[in-house]
Amino acid sequence: MTYIAKPKFQHPGLPKNDLGYTRRDYEGKISTLCAGCGHDSITASIIEACFHLSIEPHRVAKISGIGCSSKTPDYFLGNSHGFNSVHGRMPSVLTGANLANRDLIYLGVSGDGDSASIGFGQFAHSIRRGVNMTYIVENNGVYGLTKGQFSATADRGSKSKKGVTNADSAIDLVAIALQLGATFVARSFSGDKTQLVPMIEAAIKHKGAAFIDVISPCIAFNNHAGSTKSFDYVREHNDAVNRLDVITGREPITVDYAPGTVQVVEQHDGTRLALRKLDADYDVHDRLAAMTFLQKHAAKGQVVTGLLYVDAESEDLHDRLNTVDAPLNTLAAKDLSPGSAALDKINASLR
Amino acid sequence: MKPTDIAAPDYFHKVVDCQWACPAHTPVPEYIRLIAEGRYSDAYMINWKSNVFPGILGRTCDRPCEPACRRGRVEENPVAICRLKRVAADFKDDVKHRMPRPVPKNGKRVALIGGGPASLAVARDLAPLGYHCTVFDQDPKAGGMMRTQIPKFRLPDSVVDEETDYILDLGVEFKGGHRIDSLKKLLAENYDAVFVGSGAPRGRELNIPGRKEAAANVHIGIEWLSSVSFGHIDKIGKRVIVLGGGNTAMDCCRTARRLGGEDVKVIVRSGFEEMKASPWEKDDAMHEDIPILNFMVPKAFVHENGKLTGVTFEKVRAEYDAKGKRSLVPSGEPDQTIACDDVLVAVGQENAFPWIERDIGIEFDKWNMPKVNETTFASTHPKVFFGGDAAFGPKNIIWAVAHGHDAALSIHKLLSGEDISERPLPEVHISSQKMGIHEWSYDNDISGASRFKVPHRDKAIALRDIKAEVELGYDLKLALGEAERCLNCDVQTVFNTPLCIECDACVDICPMDCISFTQNGDEDDLRGRLKAPSPHHDQALYVSTDLKTGRVMVKDEDVCLHCGLCAERCPTGAWDMQKYLIEMTHAGSTCPSKVRSAA
Repeated sequence: MTYIAKPKFQHPGLPKNDLGYTRRDYEGKISTLCAGCGHDSITASIIEACFHLSIEPHRVAKISGIGCSSKTPDYFLGNSHGFNSVHGRMPSVLTGANLANRDLIYLGVSGDGDSASIGFGQFAHSIRRGVNMTYIVENNGVYGLTKGQFSATADRGSKSKKGVTNADSAIDLVAIALQLGATFVARSFSGDKTQLVPMIEAAIKHKGAAFIDVISPCIAFNNHAGSTKSFDYVREHNDAVNRLDVITGREPITVDYAPGTVQVVEQHDGTRLALRKLDADYDVHDRLAAMTFLQKHAAKGQVVTGLLYVDAESEDLHDRLNTVDAPLNTLAAKDLSPGSAALDKINASLR
Repeated sequence: MKPTDIAAPDYFHKVVDCQWACPAHTPVPEYIRLIAEGRYSDAYMINWKSNVFPGILGRTCDRPCEPACRRGRVEENPVAICRLKRVAADFKDDVKHRMPRPVPKNGKRVALIGGGPASLAVARDLAPLGYHCTVFDQDPKAGGMMRTQIPKFRLPDSVVDEETDYILDLGVEFKGGHRIDSLKKLLAENYDAVFVGSGAPRGRELNIPGRKEAAANVHIGIEWLSSVSFGHIDKIGKRVIVLGGGNTAMDCCRTARRLGGEDVKVIVRSGFEEMKASPWEKDDAMHEDIPILNFMVPKAFVHENGKLTGVTFEKVRAEYDAKGKRSLVPSGEPDQTIACDDVLVAVGQENAFPWIERDIGIEFDKWNMPKVNETTFASTHPKVFFGGDAAFGPKNIIWAVAHGHDAALSIHKLLSGEDISERPLPEVHISSQKMGIHEWSYDNDISGASRFKVPHRDKAIALRDIKAEVELGYDLKLALGEAERCLNCDVQTVFNTPLCIECDACVDICPMDCISFTQNGDEDDLRGRLKAPSPHHDQALYVSTDLKTGRVMVKDEDVCLHCGLCAERCPTGAWDMQKYLIEMTHAGSTCPSKVRSAA
């Protein structure tokens, strides 16, 4: 925890985005997490992604639960809407907000405790309903706030800081999300921003439930030998299936890729994802194969990262419910109460 | 790039931009922190050790430190380093007891020609070592140009007296009113060494038509200023033209305003921007209702019946050739004659050594300047050294002091039987500033304040009294505010590669985006791949050895605020904030000399 505020001065040559903002304009308060926390890198990645996409901060709602990870929305997008909800209840609050105002960009920030334990059910239902959101789990495998007990995502056989071996099976949130029908599923690592930043951009641009599991080492309680969520372990066992570039607008893809190594996925709003394949056989549109691939590699102790599954034809909760296009707060009395003539007509149709 | 060798003393010295730019390498941030703490005497002594004349320089220095100041790259204005130096001098307690005590003489005699800053700096360094120093000056009191050419409203006599006395009180013999007319004769007196610090005493002439006829009302700037200083001149005509665009011209015009000049103009050949005068001195002149007219070349002095009536100017404009070299070409506008009663010519200064015989072993170059070694300040005569304006032409006080230190070192080495070409390394004290988990022994909370203005005396009062100092100096509250603007660039970010776990915490927190972790490459390539643009190639890149992932840490020193947040956010202590107090080694230090390695 740092006592001084981050100085207001910024590099004089810092680039500006289409809105005239610099990256610094997307910051929040200074982090009160432990020094070196992986979560702070995820915060920085969210800032970078929103800067790149030229997002207007007041068009974002950042919603979280309880835990180290759920504190982080205070540290980015200081000019956005925020709701620090009850433990594990981020998905419900987010779903409700999304139904009320479908025009905002929803950023759900949660942790492994918040999403894999107390909020496991909430997580599951928001995914299966296809709520249009970016759901980020900052996954460190321990309960950091209560001094490092294993969380539900800690791998079986991994060791705690005190040397205790975890005997329970781990919940793989990526596998669950795939099974529950998430239309954008990815995993990354807080220590690899070149992979993480475009992934967050792509998730924000995705319509529907976009889930990113970010392994984020807990410096205080889970960065030792024997941990499977330490910097060293993840770096050694990281098996990235692809790298991602997000191309917004109509610009042609100018990056020079070797032929056959790039797959372009176009999303609803025209955003294109250029996937540089690292694993030639991996098909990002095959949900079943993705699940098998994950299981096989997990058995070998490998941490599969990258964009694991994307459905370019995704739909969201509003499509399924056939809701009105406008946010509810823009509907006037006239829209909500069309008058007795309309009521008579409806009643007549039901007789 | 190769990993940065932070053990080379120049590496971190360069990061302290102000200290690196200062010819005497005064540890600026160190004394500014002491001012913030209210330890004015300690701040004064650090200055005294390094630049010898803190009170004088705090009012008159050309301040090369300020354009170099990192704060000027971070926001609009640099720290007012010079005026903070004056704060130390103004608010210190009696420091006499902190000065070196006179010591028994070692039997070696050194003659110093000229009683200005260069000679006095040499005497200050040598006298405490037991040398018998004799300073000769044509004027009755010590100080040289600091006393005679700088107007009293910028530098009161009391300040010059105080600071020259500190030196003379070290047991230095001062022979005032004693002009040296022959170096040969002086050498015959068997001094063990002779230092020539006689300055650049001659004002450059302006030989244009009418000069002779109008001589009674055309004065050479520096000579006129010394006459004013000695009280020989106390008035001037109502309409005065000052020719020249340097700091002497600014002193001339402001002095003229105080001696009866009502319509005083400065007229320069070049453009306003290219004038040699420091920007703040131009501001001060214009504040006293002195217009500065530019692109006007003086053609003739106009006179009637042996009396000056005006000056005729040719109007020019600047033209630049393909190489960017400027030439002034006639603009085609008609010549302009400006009426005046007096003209002050301040178009430069020259050296003059008629008193140095050309057959005593001192070689001169084609410009009639002595051949002087730029490091040792030795002439071609083994016993004779030069420094200050006498060595390489007109510069300023702080350069004279720096020359003095180096020449004193040479003289001491010579008279100790050592090789004068072997120069000692600076003394470096390194100490971590860590006090607790997030506590540092320096104030790392960066002040966002803009530069504070120094209060001035009311113009009407200032113009009535030639001895009334115009700048009043900071009061303690302003001084504290200004001191807090200093970024503590001497508190260095020190990176310890083996401890780094590459968690990116420092990268994420750095407010100035100075830190990048990336693949190594050559310098241009690396500069292109950093987290923020890197436009200042004179600012070093701090490159680590290879990290576990094969990458390196690269820090662009350019706009680092030295706020220590990288070290605060580092979980393993790979970053530490360490103070590098770098002090030049002066004569008599016991520090062994090593071969200086480049940073």
